[in-house]
Amino acid sequence: MEIIFNGKPRELQQSINIQEFLDQLQLDCLQIVVEHNRNIISRQRLTDTILSHGDTLEVIHFVGGG
Amino acid sequence: MQVKVNEQNYTVDTNESVGSVRDRIKADADLLIVNGFPAQAETLLNNGDQVVLIRRGEIPGADELDALLTARHTPGVHEVVKQSTIGIAGVGGLGSAIAIALARTGIGHLIIADFDVVEPSNLNRQQYFIDQIGLPKVYALRDTLARINPHVRVTACHLRLTPANIDEVFGHALILAEAFDLAEQKVMLIETFAARFPDRPIVTGSGMAGYGPANTVQSQQVASNLYICGDGSTAAAPGTGLMAPRVGVAAHHQANAILRLLLGENPVSEKE
Repeated sequence: MEIIFNGKPRELQQSINIQEFLDQLQLDCLQIVVEHNRNIISRQRLTDTILSHGDTLEVIHFVGGG
Repeated sequence: MQVKVNEQNYTVDTNESVGSVRDRIKADADLLIVNGFPAQAETLLNNGDQVVLIRRGEIPGADELDALLTARHTPGVHEVVKQSTIGIAGVGGLGSAIAIALARTGIGHLIIADFDVVEPSNLNRQQYFIDQIGLPKVYALRDTLARINPHVRVTACHLRLTPANIDEVFGHALILAEAFDLAEQKVMLIETFAARFPDRPIVTGSGMAGYGPANTVQSQQVASNLYICGDGSTAAAPGTGLMAPRVGVAAHHQANAILRLLLGENPVSEKE
């Protein structure tokens, strides 16, 4: 199946949840906001949200300073 | 003929002097300004002149200030902003500048929250004064905002924002400005607020350190209710410190995005 990750198509071999997907990319979850189908998703829900064909996933990195 | 006196329209006699107008409208005014320049009482007015009558040291009342802002900002705009409540999480370099810009805009109610106190090193970019060192930032800022516009209601919360209190502190905020320093805290705030209030916009700042070109600081929409102002990448780090100009650019991007949202405009472009 295919999802759109940060604006680009990406093939997934198997059905996985968002946390597993982020783990594969070795992303530091503390400095990112994750959007699933344009909605912000809290980290508690990353493991129980399974990615489906056609989903969009955006990862926004935040940097310090303010 | 028609002139404007303190932003209000008045009909005056042809060739009436500004002193005569002063005597009728604001007899205790001791400073007369015509079209931007101080004028003598005997100065004759022309049709369309802009007159400002000031009594030095007098603080305008709520009604008078309201009329001034209505005239400056056009009535429809002022009606909207003065009924709005905006939350500002963190009042460092971003938050203190956002609060001042919004207070000058005439926002009705600001909720400001921060646990920090003013330190000498903050003065390079944050909107505090040297005689405010050691004060909790939210109280120092509340004092400053009252000096700009005492009719803006300010709720100052001297506390550390956590997932447990964010919904209570910002329960009345239509829009939230994220103005924290640490990336982890930014993420925590956005996740918590978005989960509790999914329909309310968050305007956040990311990437404004250093002295790179100001034009790389932009406003972007990244989710249905999340807007990011900054260059997205320049973190505060040794050699790339946070400095007043670029932090100010990002803060005012945030303040303008909030104003545009309040007025029903898209914060990032002219067209929807």
